[in-house]
Amino acid sequence: MSADVGVDFQTSSDSDATPLTTTDELDALESEAIHIIREVAGEFDRPVILFSGGKDSMLLVHLARKAFWPAPVPFPVLHVDTGHNFDEVIDFRDAVVERYGLTLEVASVQEYIDDGRLSERADGTRNPLQTTPLLDAITEHRHDAVFGGGRRDEERARAKERIFSLRTAFGAWDPSRQRPELWNLYNGRHKAGEHVRVFPLSNWTELDVWRYIAREEIELPSIYYAHTRDVFARDGMWLTSGPWGGPRDGEEVVTKTVRYRTVGDGSCTGAVESTATTLDEVLVEVRESRLTERGATRADDRLSEAAMEDRKKEGYF
Amino acid sequence: MTTDLLRLATAGSVDDGKSTLVGRLLYDTKSVLADQLEAVERATQGGGDPDLSLLVDGLRSEREQGITIDVAYRYFATPNRSFVLADTPGHVQYTRNTVTGASTAQLAVLLVDARHGVVEQTRRHAAVMALLRVPRLVLAVNKIDLVEYDEPTFSTIAKEFHEIAERLGYDDEAVVAIPVSAKRGDNVVLASENTPWYDGPTLLDHLESVPVDGPDAAAPFRFPVQTVIRPRTAEFPDYRGYAGLVGAGTVRVGDPVVVLPDGQRTTIEGIDRFEGPQERASAGESVVLRLADDLGVARGAVIAAADDAPEPVTEFTATLAWLHEKPLVPGRRLLVKHGTHTVQAMITEVADRLDVQTLERVPGPENLEINDIGNVSITVAEPLPLDDYERVAATGSFLVIDPQAGDTLAAGMCAPRS
Ligand SMILES: Nc1nc2c(ncn2[C@@H]2O[C@H](COP(=O)(O)OP(=O)(O)O)[C@@H](O)[C@H]2O)c(=O)[nH]1
Repeated sequence: MSADVGVDFQTSSDSDATPLTTTDELDALESEAIHIIREVAGEFDRPVILFSGGKDSMLLVHLARKAFWPAPVPFPVLHVDTGHNFDEVIDFRDAVVERYGLTLEVASVQEYIDDGRLSERADGTRNPLQTTPLLDAITEHRHDAVFGGGRRDEERARAKERIFSLRTAFGAWDPSRQRPELWNLYNGRHKAGEHVRVFPLSNWTELDVWRYIAREEIELPSIYYAHTRDVFARDGMWLTSGPWGGPRDGEEVVTKTVRYRTVGDGSCTGAVESTATTLDEVLVEVRESRLTERGATRADDRLSEAAMEDRKKEGYF
Repeated sequence: MTTDLLRLATAGSVDDGKSTLVGRLLYDTKSVLADQLEAVERATQGGGDPDLSLLVDGLRSEREQGITIDVAYRYFATPNRSFVLADTPGHVQYTRNTVTGASTAQLAVLLVDARHGVVEQTRRHAAVMALLRVPRLVLAVNKIDLVEYDEPTFSTIAKEFHEIAERLGYDDEAVVAIPVSAKRGDNVVLASENTPWYDGPTLLDHLESVPVDGPDAAAPFRFPVQTVIRPRTAEFPDYRGYAGLVGAGTVRVGDPVVVLPDGQRTTIEGIDRFEGPQERASAGESVVLRLADDLGVARGAVIAAADDAPEPVTEFTATLAWLHEKPLVPGRRLLVKHGTHTVQAMITEVADRLDVQTLERVPGPENLEINDIGNVSITVAEPLPLDDYERVAATGSFLVIDPQAGDTLAAGMCAPRS
């Protein structure tokens, strides 16, 4: 490194031997995610995968199966059950756990409410209540790495999230302690009681997720596809009527053809109107919604609701 | 339909228009969520063009709000290619961010303000990109509207930049300068009528068509072992495979390999993936390797091409980019993470520090502080199979970690063996 920092620099185009292969984007993202998952297996003692049965957690389980094949997935899965889940999703969760021989841990918000450790919020939403049961479960099982399905494209604030994100003993994210991440060398060191949240899907976009689900034929809960459902409007979203506080006075129940873009707490997860009954149709919808021209009113409204939902997704992150 | 992936980094000085440019790329490729778009439109109500810099967290707003100034990742796509953009804030002090963004980039877009031309920051950014071996550079000469789309202004800047890049070791075809106006959109996505003298590609055209330099597919084979796969199930009672990501090169079934640092030789018996066995694997692929001999290989080992493998060493020299507020203190106990192996280490000497103004090496500094780049001598407790970073980045790079706090202190790039 003299006056010239990089002497005889050569671009890879002038190297001989094997021609450079262009990697397919999904293959590249898959290999990156598998590498991250295997690093966690190598560096941590007690990892766990957050698993709601939703599309991102199904993707994580699918990638974890690939990462360790032909051995089974060496981590348990943890579901934070708000007590407001869709029956279809719980059934689906149990079927997946059974099929792949996974160990399921459940942290139940309902139990916390029943015994008074948590109290129901005025708005009935249970998303914010998930944090305590989650952290208690992490402590109880002494998990040192917790896989989540978060992606950096979800919102601006997430754009700076690390792939290995250090959390304090109180589960808090301390921006000043986040480590720069270079190359694909992840630093998983943490003190006793701290844990690291790991996001193998960091570099995926929503469209990548759906394209990959289609390519790999990953099964999803039925509520991701269009179906008729009794819904009512609240806060600009279509909410499903159910035992969890809806509809209230003045909220009218109507029957619509809808699907969900995320699965979460039933009290605040909105459905979008859709006729997409197959994966391919969903894919078209996702692709088009991304390409919606500014000013296309209805589609815009729908999209912004959906984006809002994305953010609330699986609340605990 | 398959698309490929280009990873790029952006860098520029404050106010050069980087937020606007990145916002413009997201906006014009329709990669913006509607809620973000609405927020921008609300904020720019009262007519006028939307302020596209609002689509990304501008450095200014981050400073005002006291948010950590940090690399942010953005995503956009065209029908043929997807892009992961590491947006690195360009304040003078933030070499750290540039290094981080550059470490994974296949191309860097550097911004200058057409009114100011190449400034000190530009040199510094280009030097860091060269140091990290980012294969290609683009100079976006922004705010070309503010110099009345003047051709001589552009060519003077472009020429100066080409000279700097050449001095840093870049071939001419690896460097492209483009006159743009991020604010008005000239030559970002759509070719501009205001620059009839410019017949090169728009920024997006270039990003879409530039060859993607695969991760060292032509380099010698390197494979850091992440974990050992031993199912011990009824179906696979005796299976033993080594899982990892091919760091460099290509491997085929039957290839002779050496397991480092111990040096045992064997051959590749099989390359497995969930989908089934395959004949070969190249850089960037996550696979499982089976070896012909039972060698007791564990995490931390590197499986390498038998005829072109690095000699494991315990003493070596390297260039460090110091990333932490805590300065480097020679002699203190540290950790080095190389590939999948973390070992105890000590920095015995700081040979020089790079003066990023002049790009000269200043010998004999006492230490390295945050954002400093310098050459050091390192001793490690166990032999590491280190490559010259220029030749094989995957096994030529390492992290320096604080053993107590666990923080990442520095990014390291191994120097060629003398
Ligand atoms: N006239 C003109 N102004 C621009 C251009 N690009 C950015 N700006 C303006 O320059 C200022 C700084 O831009 P910003 O994107 O925030 O800069 P950053 O600090 O590099 O992110 C803002 O007022 C922009 O509107 C351009 O191409 N032409």
